Amino acid sequence: MSMRKFGIKTATAVAVFTLVTPVHAQNLGKVVSESDLVNWDISIGPDGVGLPTGSGTSAEGSNIWSEQCSACHGENGKGGPAGDLVGGVGTLTSPDHIKTVGSFWPYSTTLFDYVRRAMPYYAPGSLSDDEVYAVVAYLLSQNEIITDDTIMNADSLPRVEMPNADGFISYWPVAKK
Amino acid sequence: MTSSKLLPLSTEEHTAGNGLVSRRWLLRTGLPTLGAMGLSSGIVHAEELRVPDWSSSPGLDLTGYGQPSPFENEVVRPTLPLFPEGIGDGSGVSFTPLEKLAGTITPNGLFFERHHSGIPEIDPAEHQFAIHGLVERPLVFTVEALLRYPMVTKTCFIECAGNSLFNSFDEAQQRTAGEIHGLIGNAEWAGVSLAQLLEEAGVSPQGKWLVAEGGDAAKMSRSIPIEKAIDGDAFIALYQNGERLRPEQGYPMRLVVPGWQGSMNVKWLRRVKVVSAPVHAKDETSKYTLLQKDGKSRQFTYEMGVKSVITSPSPGREPGAKGLYQISGLAWSGAGRINKVEVSADGGASWAEALIPDQTPSRALTRFQLPWQWTGQSATLMSRATDEAGTVQPTREAWYEPYAANQIFHQNAIQAWAVSSDGGVSNVYA
Ligand code: HEC
Repeated sequence: MSMRKFGIKTATAVAVFTLVTPVHAQNLGKVVSESDLVNWDISIGPDGVGLPTGSGTSAEGSNIWSEQCSACHGENGKGGPAGDLVGGVGTLTSPDHIKTVGSFWPYSTTLFDYVRRAMPYYAPGSLSDDEVYAVVAYLLSQNEIITDDTIMNADSLPRVEMPNADGFISYWPVAKK
Repeated sequence: MTSSKLLPLSTEEHTAGNGLVSRRWLLRTGLPTLGAMGLSSGIVHAEELRVPDWSSSPGLDLTGYGQPSPFENEVVRPTLPLFPEGIGDGSGVSFTPLEKLAGTITPNGLFFERHHSGIPEIDPAEHQFAIHGLVERPLVFTVEALLRYPMVTKTCFIECAGNSLFNSFDEAQQRTAGEIHGLIGNAEWAGVSLAQLLEEAGVSPQGKWLVAEGGDAAKMSRSIPIEKAIDGDAFIALYQNGERLRPEQGYPMRLVVPGWQGSMNVKWLRRVKVVSAPVHAKDETSKYTLLQKDGKSRQFTYEMGVKSVITSPSPGREPGAKGLYQISGLAWSGAGRINKVEVSADGGASWAEALIPDQTPSRALTRFQLPWQWTGQSATLMSRATDEAGTVQPTREAWYEPYAANQIFHQNAIQAWAVSSDGGVSNVYA
């Protein structure tokens, strides 16, 4: 890195003087351990990396849904003012396509990631990991992707096959058809 | 300039249909002042000048932070919440009023906004920024520490991927240029190279992607190819147009990825995690992707396409009386510099090249202009930009060709403004 080179040059230039204060690259970051980042590190990869321990089922999630989510996203995940999260599977090629978690999202892990980081809208972070698994299970079962009694946890969630998993073409770095 | 230098308009100066005048005429005469331009529509005599009140007594006191003239109080960002009240307060947009500005720099208070969960009120003394994941040394930086690094400065635009979404409606919406295309702003940013900070943390060979995350309530997060930082131009901005970022622009720090989708320029940046593959966050799967007619969707379409828009005349900037006007507008491309802007006054039947600077900036706004002799006939004004990659701004029809209905992202189609014989200007699909 050019800064370091610059630092070395400056150091040799002043080396003729007996008192040398070497100039280093900035290095002003404080070293932190990954365990100290636990409250911040909420990203979850499609392979499930980052999923916490805990579990939940649709039956448990259904209560959470009606208390914490349905006012904005509709009774069964449809028809709410903040947009549908359920339905539309198979509609993507029709002119009246409906994009929802079920019909459009390629990975189930994104649902856990997003709900835990940002929902419910006015109190993000207020659900326990078990509750997030449960409400995720609820949405997946409303979309008829899993059955009512399937337990969602760090092991099972990434293995859920989403209907539109093959529906995306990456345009980075170039279009891959 | 003096009127004697103003050359008469001959017929050969008309380079394209419906009154477009050659940019060479502008170059030969020098850039005429508006007053000089007015001369071509006949000599008008002014009245005797009087001494106004403000010249007759001392004016206002000094101020700590200057504000625009009260006469400019209508130059504001039109705001648009995206959800009903109480459902998603703070998730919405406000538009840069493009038609009310000149030059290319967007004033900080008028720079467009898109927030997914409001504007956090961050105390810079408490804000921390972490780099971690596939690195040798996970690091945390304070704002104060970042301010001690060598600064990079870059003038570039940030454009929301959903800019121009109102032109996705089946019927042309009657909105101003800013209300249609104003989810863009252009600023001189100053901050710290992301590559330098990544080097300090020591990226491991498996590190191929970054997850950038904000400290807002939405914890906005996006996956970014590491190339954009290492050997790329991504940086962490602390200053915008000379002053510290405004809260709505990510104070105390935001990521800037020049030329790429606005939402990747993560505001209130709290964390960059080095990972081996994209995480497929909500805002790179559910949103900011483009559904094609065949049911497949384009993802990771980072670069913003070549685009231009005429800001004057435009709705709210009507020509008024017949005469000589300057067609003026903005052009940009996420791929680099603008090489050419053409203007049409006859709905695309004929085109004339507009005047742009000799050296246009890369991934930043370019101002173009072209004289136009408006005879009072109806006209359809359009502009079409070409960037240094040779990519030409598409027509609306060509842009929509691959996509399913109602797709709103990366819309960079040619804008048409209809000027009616009474001087009104409206949005049309042509
Ligand atoms: C007060 C209203 C409100 C409540 C309650 C709420 N949400 Fe949301 N939700 C929103 C808004 C607004 C958005 C869009 C945010 C944005 O602009 O990015 C959203 C977005 C979402 C999305 C992404 C939708 C998409 O297709 O991109 C999911 C998933 C979601 N919410 C799940 C939930 C769950 C689960 C709950 C309950 C735990 C919940 N929401 C409670 C308002 C709400």
